[in-house]
Amino acid sequence: MTFTEKDVRYVADLANLRLSDTEIQKLAQELGAVVTYMEKLNQLDTSGVEPMAQVLYASEDETGSLRPDVERPSIPNKEALRNAAVSGAGYFKIPRVIER
Amino acid sequence: MNVAALTIADVQSGLRNKTFSAVELATEALRFAEAENPKTNAYLTIANERALVAAAKVDAKLAAGDDPGPLAGVPVAVKDVIVTKNLRTTCASRLLENYIPPYDATAIERLEAAGGVILGKANCDEFAMGGSNENSAFGPVRNPVALDRVPGGSSGGSAAVVAQGTAVVSLGSDTGGSIRQPASFCGVVGVTPTYGRVSRYGLVAFASSLDHIGPFGKNVADCATVLKAIAGHDPMDSTSAHAPVADYAATLNAPVKGMKIGLPAEYFKDLSSETGDLIMKAVDVYKKLGCEIVDVSLPHTEYALATYYIICTAEASSNLARYDGVRYTARNTDANSLTSMYRDTRGDFFGAECKRRIMLGTYVLSHGYYDAYYLKAQKVRNLITQDFAQAFETVDALIAPVSPFPAFKLGEKMADPLAMYLADIYSIAGDLAGVPCMSVPCGKTASEGLPVGAQLLCNHFEEAKMFQLAQAYETESAAS
Repeated sequence: MTFTEKDVRYVADLANLRLSDTEIQKLAQELGAVVTYMEKLNQLDTSGVEPMAQVLYASEDETGSLRPDVERPSIPNKEALRNAAVSGAGYFKIPRVIER
Repeated sequence: MNVAALTIADVQSGLRNKTFSAVELATEALRFAEAENPKTNAYLTIANERALVAAAKVDAKLAAGDDPGPLAGVPVAVKDVIVTKNLRTTCASRLLENYIPPYDATAIERLEAAGGVILGKANCDEFAMGGSNENSAFGPVRNPVALDRVPGGSSGGSAAVVAQGTAVVSLGSDTGGSIRQPASFCGVVGVTPTYGRVSRYGLVAFASSLDHIGPFGKNVADCATVLKAIAGHDPMDSTSAHAPVADYAATLNAPVKGMKIGLPAEYFKDLSSETGDLIMKAVDVYKKLGCEIVDVSLPHTEYALATYYIICTAEASSNLARYDGVRYTARNTDANSLTSMYRDTRGDFFGAECKRRIMLGTYVLSHGYYDAYYLKAQKVRNLITQDFAQAFETVDALIAPVSPFPAFKLGEKMADPLAMYLADIYSIAGDLAGVPCMSVPCGKTASEGLPVGAQLLCNHFEEAKMFQLAQAYETESAAS
């Protein structure tokens, strides 16, 4: 698998990640090498194999672990906003989205 | 008081015999950590106030005749990907350089409830991504055993503080070997428990189907004590296991005679000869202890690395999407639109390895490639897990190397990401299957005096048996 700089720019766009031209050149090389290595999996026939999304334990009823849906106190507004990049009037502030 | 040499048992007897108080111990441990840290850069933050408050609580309990807990007064370091209320938690990233968490992780609450004294936050690879600790935004950690070498990663700081003696025990996290590999490189014990054994509430997420919290210690007993204190179901983490936590200490010194240990052929193929020799010497010790050594096969081992890097990058790209410039302190303030705020913030603040993994993960999840990579990897993960299930039908444990080679030099592998990933080859399958595994020091290379770790793996929730085997080896090798 080879990655062109155009491919890297497309994926960076999906990932909402700004990259410099130098980073793009380097990533094209690196991603190509790693993805080629990943293609090793194509050697295996996996027809009929269930995909495994999570570790499941054979002996336990580990699925019944939802907690009761009861009201609990949450982090107060001021605490929740303490790590905001920018906040105001009890909200997270972001650049204007809708022009009027 | 030689604070660097203390074990948990030493701390308990010191407090009991009034050789020192918890506050005296914490004061000395903080002084020593502060003085020694410039050699290794293993701590990112030292928590003087928090440590002294915790120690004073232990002394008050002792004075009142109350049980101060199994970790009473024990100086602990915590990897900086585990959140601590009102104590800066950076994930070794510029992005979280000023992040002050509003809550404690469950593992932290339990550590402190057991009397543990948190001295500070340990350096690591950025967002736990790496195998050498060179991806920290705040500089690499140096291996205390050989200062020109890496301590391993990603929990490099957590391993280094225990080896250096600037903490008695520590917590790390393991997604693909990030506890066992640095433990082996620094010559300490490191434990990755069963997936779900320790709550991840408050562990900053990297790859959620693979992330574990686990302990480091100078010896097996210390790790067993810490794990016992932090393990068990947590309503705040629905992936934490309900299975009861065994009393690891009760069976620690039980004989291992008659146990069956499997040697997986696939793990002995591409070893440096000195590493291989040391692992085989450990195998000989088990033979001497009366264990039966049998050859086993984990036929899908060679596919584990590719499987791991597809799954972990896919999950990482999702988990790191939350760092968008809104909630977590850092933002590119020149951005004048929502999209440029996202892109420029992430471009400015993520380090090279995080960007690489976000890109790989986004690619393998993208339209047209999901089935070919991500779904395929999930299927192969199932095959790898079945390999372990089959092996554990006939053996009690597996023994293997942790890493194909001992600690490498700083800078040696930074230019080639794939070479760095390949160093994880023997540590990732355990994470994919979710089985408990640990690294036990098994000697040093004759040529350079570098520590090597032997890896023990057991079936889900068989930590007690794993500790028992590790303890038997530790006792026997100390005696001979």
